[in-house]
Amino acid sequence: MALLEVRDLDVRFALRQGEVRALRNINFTLDRGERLGLVGESGAGKSVAAFSLLNLIARPGYIAGGSIRFDGQELIGLGERQLRRIRGNRVSMIFQDPMMTLNPVLTIGEQMVECLKAHRRIASREARAIALHKLQQVQIPSPETRLDQYPHELSGGMRQRVIIAIALLLDPDIIIADEPTTALDVTIQAEIMTLLLELCEKHNVGLILITHDLGVVSQVTQRMLVMYAGRVIEAGPTREIINDPQHPYTQGLMNALPQMATPGSHLNQIRGSMPPLSQLPSGCAFHPRCDFLTRADGSERPACSRQVPDFVASGNCRVACHMVAEMLAQEAAATEEDRP
Amino acid sequence: MSTHSSPPAATPAVGRWQRLRDSYLWYSFKRDRGAQLCLATLLALVGMALLAPWLAPTDPYDLAQIDILASELPPFWIEGSDPAYSLGTDAQGRDLWSIILYGTRVSLLIGFGAVLLQALLGVVFGLLAGYLGGRVDALLMRLADIQLSFSTLMVAIVVGAVVKATLGGSFYSDYAILMLILIIGLAEWPQYARTVRASVLAEKRKEYVDAAKVMGLKSRRIMFRHVLPNTLSPIFVISTVQIANAIISEAALSFLGLGMPETHPSLGSLIKAGFDYLQSGAWWITLIPGAFLVVLVLSINLLGDWLRDVMNPRLYKG
Amino acid sequence: MTAQALPQTETPTETRSQATRPSAQENAPLLEIRGLRKRFDLSGDFLEQLRFKGGRLVRHQEFVHAINGVDLSIRRGEALCVVGESGCGKSTVARTVMGLLSPSAGEIHYDGTRIDDLSPKALLPYRKRMQMIFQNPYASLNPRMTIQQTLEEPIRLHHPDWSRDRVTAKVREVMASVGVDPEWGARFGHEFSGGQRQRIAIARALAVDPEFIVADEPISALDVSIQAQVLNLLMDAQQERHLTYLFITHDLAVVEHFGTRVAVMYLGTVCEVAPTRTLFATPRHPYTQALLSAIPRLEDDRPQPIRLTGEVPTPVNLPSGCVFHGRCPHAEPRCRREVPRLRPQDDGGQVACHAVEEGRL
Repeated sequence: MALLEVRDLDVRFALRQGEVRALRNINFTLDRGERLGLVGESGAGKSVAAFSLLNLIARPGYIAGGSIRFDGQELIGLGERQLRRIRGNRVSMIFQDPMMTLNPVLTIGEQMVECLKAHRRIASREARAIALHKLQQVQIPSPETRLDQYPHELSGGMRQRVIIAIALLLDPDIIIADEPTTALDVTIQAEIMTLLLELCEKHNVGLILITHDLGVVSQVTQRMLVMYAGRVIEAGPTREIINDPQHPYTQGLMNALPQMATPGSHLNQIRGSMPPLSQLPSGCAFHPRCDFLTRADGSERPACSRQVPDFVASGNCRVACHMVAEMLAQEAAATEEDRP
Repeated sequence: MSTHSSPPAATPAVGRWQRLRDSYLWYSFKRDRGAQLCLATLLALVGMALLAPWLAPTDPYDLAQIDILASELPPFWIEGSDPAYSLGTDAQGRDLWSIILYGTRVSLLIGFGAVLLQALLGVVFGLLAGYLGGRVDALLMRLADIQLSFSTLMVAIVVGAVVKATLGGSFYSDYAILMLILIIGLAEWPQYARTVRASVLAEKRKEYVDAAKVMGLKSRRIMFRHVLPNTLSPIFVISTVQIANAIISEAALSFLGLGMPETHPSLGSLIKAGFDYLQSGAWWITLIPGAFLVVLVLSINLLGDWLRDVMNPRLYKG
Repeated sequence: MTAQALPQTETPTETRSQATRPSAQENAPLLEIRGLRKRFDLSGDFLEQLRFKGGRLVRHQEFVHAINGVDLSIRRGEALCVVGESGCGKSTVARTVMGLLSPSAGEIHYDGTRIDDLSPKALLPYRKRMQMIFQNPYASLNPRMTIQQTLEEPIRLHHPDWSRDRVTAKVREVMASVGVDPEWGARFGHEFSGGQRQRIAIARALAVDPEFIVADEPISALDVSIQAQVLNLLMDAQQERHLTYLFITHDLAVVEHFGTRVAVMYLGTVCEVAPTRTLFATPRHPYTQALLSAIPRLEDDRPQPIRLTGEVPTPVNLPSGCVFHGRCPHAEPRCRREVPRLRPQDDGGQVACHAVEEGRL
């Protein structure tokens, strides 16, 4: 059984304009030691997904339905105290802004010791030794001095290392990293990503990496989900999606990267922008921006604007797209005909 | 460009009124009974003050209408009252209801006038200090510090003494309203200047100000056309508090005899005038205007609190 | 990928050179930055600078050295990209060029005239010729002004003699040219998405028909699919209007796509300037090499990123000698002592590195 199993997760926000469905029918699993990428543009709902995994959604948001099973235990409907036993302890989070996690008036050591003591019965000296060990693991230069420094005395890259050390502090099973390197420079970003990858592999920690950067996802994760307007539209092994994206949105996202075009030529852009969740179009949420609304013979595909596409299996991937479904059906029919 | 991007929203461009109806301000006002009650009270009091000449049964400024024999009559619910004077009369025999209407008018006039003056001085100085920075900033802000170290009372005593000494006591009481506006306005402008300066400092770092500079616009135009409109929310919020403060300041000054003369009383001077009779049993002369003052100031302050909560971007939840 | 790119980059250059005004000298650079330095005072006003040290009152000043001697020239019709990590001074260069900051030392020449010491009034004609696009489309539009007002303002300022109808027509034209429906003029900026706001900001810059545009990270606040739209728009505008760009970015993938030449900055100094193709094919400076290797790419067979050691120094306490020596794998004693200067290379680029100069690299 998978370590983490999310079924039909449905998250809504009760706003004054009415209820907005931030996430619909999110399904995925994460095995022990597996690395999963959640990719999408801002507003796609990937951060909401990460927050709702630990029921950290703040009002006016709430989980309206679905199930999140962690290690066989259902998390939805669990009390705050039991959730706290899992948060930080067995599942920890890394945020984009290190200062969201670090308290500016406490030293790094104090924060790490406090975190350890909150979850374990442990002597301060012992906790400090563990903290030091974790700082060594994230390859911070002169970790002993860092323990007594305040967050503002460290550089951005160093702070993110401390955050990773804190995330590893209680030997979690899963780390959820929400855009962990977006605020960092390219060279530092590469260092941090490599470090995170090494640590996860070494300690067999599962990683849910939330990012908009396809390059990062392709280097770090084994499987990925592509999200658009609160829905997963494509899911599967990372390499397969990167090498052969099926959904028109994933294709568009990939082709829009400057590295996919000849320098100086026009980039392959996607028209328009992602609709706000409160004003989703009917049918497939992507259809107003999609280039494949008409078939190769010029005829319309009316389902796109009328019916929300279901997932179809294409290779090892699952894709929610009418066009892909139709093509697969045709292929299947063709092989059927070939058979006598 | 070959591709037109899709329209941002299905709504058409809308007018100001519609924009207000759609705003968060209106939304939270609709849901907040307290704010509605405060606004209703305030509007009622302002309306009463504006319509005083028509609402008041007598003209308290007209000495011919005053009957000294009808002095210290109690309000209608107490025995011995005269039905002609619903809230009773004061020590000089003036109808208390009429004089409260006129007094509220004077208090509000001074409150609004003083705040207008404060805002004018404060906004201009705050804008200059925040936008130009450097020496101008240092000079203006030290000036504000000095001004704040004088209390309103001291300014009133000094201005009052100077005016009385040079232009005579009758001049002071003739122009008491203007004098009080001037005193309270001068004493409290630093509040505005500081608020405006702080938000100008935040606004001027934003890129639209740089864009205006790159365009080649003159500093004055950038300050007043670009920066000022974006600092209006905090100005609006402190204005409510400042009006309440100004009304209280005026009442305090009048109570101490530094404000409105008794012939032309504000709520403050009414409270003062009745204070001497508190012991003799005619409590209504001081307590009824006092209650009006409390209700007026409270409703403005509560409204201000509500505005601050709504307009504070950090608390703002779309 | 770089190798296939050759013909495309040449075409726009040809069209541009035909269109430049006949009076302009063909070979003279449009913008020239000479020995530019900018430092920011951290220590506050005079009273705050006074400190007690060893029983004596001394004046203590601290500076951020944002730019330390930058020389750059931008040729007519090219897109010069300045890349570097945060705090390297690239945005300061852009803002100094546009006169938003005054340089501490050095000169800026535009079309042969020195512009960094001009009065605001004397600068006004240049404001029409040089415009700027900012990073954050959420902050660069005045929230209290409609799109119409925002776009009219620069036109009215620079063409006070134009009639109302002519101004309105110009606004419509420029809105249409960036792909924003001219009917939306009565709306406010916050009613638009980030990508559309950036289009409007670009329209504001184009409204006065400039010939030179400084773009300070114009796409880094946008989503991937929108970045492509805005980059395409900027490239179209360059072709149609024969623009010259100074393009500031931290994203090397964008540089490779967009730039004619690239200047790599580190801690307020330029370490390498080269034509884009040359730079991406054969990066010379060790910092450029590390930077290129760190780009996250989609390919499977990408090389391991070069690991830089040491911490990034702050621009407050600049290291002696070469600013990169603390993190450089090839540093030698000379690098700690002596500041390297930009020296021309055989392949048309310029590199500031002792190791390259000595042939060690």
